[in-house]
Amino acid sequence: MKTLADLKKIREKAQEEMKLRGGNTRIKIVVGMGTSGIAMGAREVMKTFLEEIANRNLTDVLVTQTGEKGLSSMEPVVDLIEEGKPKVTYGNMTPEKVKKVVVEHIVNGRTVSDYVVATGN
Amino acid sequence: MSLKRIDLLICCGSGCISAGALKIKERFHEVLQEKNLANEINIIETGCMGPCDYGPVMVIYPEGTFYKAVSPDDVEEIVNEHFIKGRPVARLMLQDEENTFSTQKEVPFYQKQVKVALANCGYIDPESMDEYIATGGYEALGTVLTTMSPQETIDLIKKSGLRGRGGGGFPTHIKWQMVHDNASDEKYVICNGDEGDPGAFMDRSLLEGDPHRILEGMMIAAYAIGANAGFLYIRAEYPLAIKRIKLAIAQAKEVGLMGQNVFGTKFCFDAEVRTGAGAFVCGEETALIHSIEGSRGNPTPKPPYPALQGLWGKPTIVNNVETFGNIPTIFLKGAEWFASMGTETSKGTKVFALTGDIKNTGLVEVPMGITLRELIFDVGGGMTGGHKFKAVQLGGPSGGCLTVEHLDVPVDYESLKERGAMMGSGGVIVMNDTKCMVNIAKFFMDFCVDESCGKCSPCRIGLKQMLDILERITSGHGKEGDIEELQRLGEAVNKLSLCGLGQSAPNPVLSTIRYFREEYEAHIRDKSCATKVCLDLMHFDIDKSRCIGCSLCARKCPVTCITGSREDKYTIHQLDCVKCGNCQDVCPVKAVSRIPGMHPEVITKREAEAKSGNHHDE
Repeated sequence: MKTLADLKKIREKAQEEMKLRGGNTRIKIVVGMGTSGIAMGAREVMKTFLEEIANRNLTDVLVTQTGEKGLSSMEPVVDLIEEGKPKVTYGNMTPEKVKKVVVEHIVNGRTVSDYVVATGN
Repeated sequence: MSLKRIDLLICCGSGCISAGALKIKERFHEVLQEKNLANEINIIETGCMGPCDYGPVMVIYPEGTFYKAVSPDDVEEIVNEHFIKGRPVARLMLQDEENTFSTQKEVPFYQKQVKVALANCGYIDPESMDEYIATGGYEALGTVLTTMSPQETIDLIKKSGLRGRGGGGFPTHIKWQMVHDNASDEKYVICNGDEGDPGAFMDRSLLEGDPHRILEGMMIAAYAIGANAGFLYIRAEYPLAIKRIKLAIAQAKEVGLMGQNVFGTKFCFDAEVRTGAGAFVCGEETALIHSIEGSRGNPTPKPPYPALQGLWGKPTIVNNVETFGNIPTIFLKGAEWFASMGTETSKGTKVFALTGDIKNTGLVEVPMGITLRELIFDVGGGMTGGHKFKAVQLGGPSGGCLTVEHLDVPVDYESLKERGAMMGSGGVIVMNDTKCMVNIAKFFMDFCVDESCGKCSPCRIGLKQMLDILERITSGHGKEGDIEELQRLGEAVNKLSLCGLGQSAPNPVLSTIRYFREEYEAHIRDKSCATKVCLDLMHFDIDKSRCIGCSLCARKCPVTCITGSREDKYTIHQLDCVKCGNCQDVCPVKAVSRIPGMHPEVITKREAEAKSGNHHDE
């Protein structure tokens, strides 16, 4: 390391590793992980989100989990929360649908209306 | 590869480690492995998070959930409920009568705190240099080396108003300027980590929790004064601090942040750790320097100041760990920002180790000028067990006691000094109304007699004389004139001692006489210790109206001084009683109580002995 620019490179990479603690995220993905959600495959859904986001090197996305959301018939349920936009809730998610949501919604900013079960708070 | 979704920060400061944090960490590794979650969750060991009383503590991001008093048995529940189902475990959260505090930010302990030196403590992994860099680490050093001259560096510190955090409060820039102006082929920077006050753990926590920050501060100082070598003097009782600082030095050297031509400039620096054997006097800068040189850790008269003739006779600055901890942030955020906190003469923040009879013992950092009331009752959470606040000892064995009437005094160097206490390095011992102030003064005097290096006679002999008088008073042999003699001796030792240890050692006695003179008088004149701490000045008594004559006390008495029967109830023979307290502990009906004051029978016996010239007690 010889310059401030070298230091900046290390810093950016390290900040990326620590982003869970910083809260500088554009989109928060909240997977419903209640008993029924898990029974319907929420773990697979969560895992696919984590893999897809890592593969695409999306640095401003946060994946987290929540409990039962009350939409048991539509599990697994996932909320996408974006700063300044109404919350979008996707239902009946599968790993395939997750891949599409990542490409369409998270990368291109277009809601996948086929999977949407609710919007707003 | 998969993305992590949870950062689990486990506090691994010494307090939490002794409460079992490492076992909890192991258990998390096991459970996550079992559940196949290991690649989704980061387990990070951090330095001290502060609220040691709640330990072991942990914080879980992204939510910032705060769990306290976690045991290895709770781990499975945390994983199942929180990590898998997203339902934080409420019973492990901090709760009071009305509220549950789910995240770290909400916890009242943190509300009035402003973290500068401790900013990363409990937030980053102290063994990862990358995490330190992520928080802006080494940027201050890079900026200083590439854009500022040494004089500009000193000027910025001058503007910030930073003063030494080790106790004396000497303006940092003056030390730096003296060494800077003193031309020499070799100069040294020393980091004083010889923290030895009873109840103080600020330096240890900083070294353990954010070692790179201290190194960066040292290197900026080295550049400013023109030094290219430094030593960290840390006592051997701090093995974790030593291990982490050594690791930090190795990491910094590996990437070239320490060593030759740092940031491509002419600046070269090398740091080494020196372990101290744990002598309190080695916190004094001249003694510390002698100890590093390999000689006995004795102080020498100043002048010459270390700034002129320090380590191996070369110009040297000695700064405290916390002082160095403030420096990187001052350069990142600016001198004005730093100077905007605090009072007229004391700028910035101060780290305190809160201990004693308060709810939230632990490590805190608050802006200078905060009142003692805010520090003790808001940050510290008030007194435990419904007891009343009696006194607070600031500055350890060198400091003094303050009382209820001082609760609204702002905490800064001058205000405390005026009232007979001192900032010291930051140990704050809070005491409730069950503490005997004469006994407290004796405790600190005993410590200083032990730690006196013996080089100068005022300290070696004077302190021992003071201790003898205090022992006389607490054992019931005090006489008129003892208080005045303590004051006379205290002032003499203060004026005549060679170094800070002796000069400040009488403070606890002098300040307790100043504020609790009536307690000393009661000990001497009435032979009574109102708090029932001094065993010679209290006695045990059995309340016959409550005694059921069970004989337990008589059977447990090691000197068989309790006699009686079921009908007559039991009586303690005061002359033989050794005050062990067994009778009180075993009594099933609480008929035994402690009564302040020497028993009249004992007083009569002692008077008779004194007349016959038989002084064997004294």
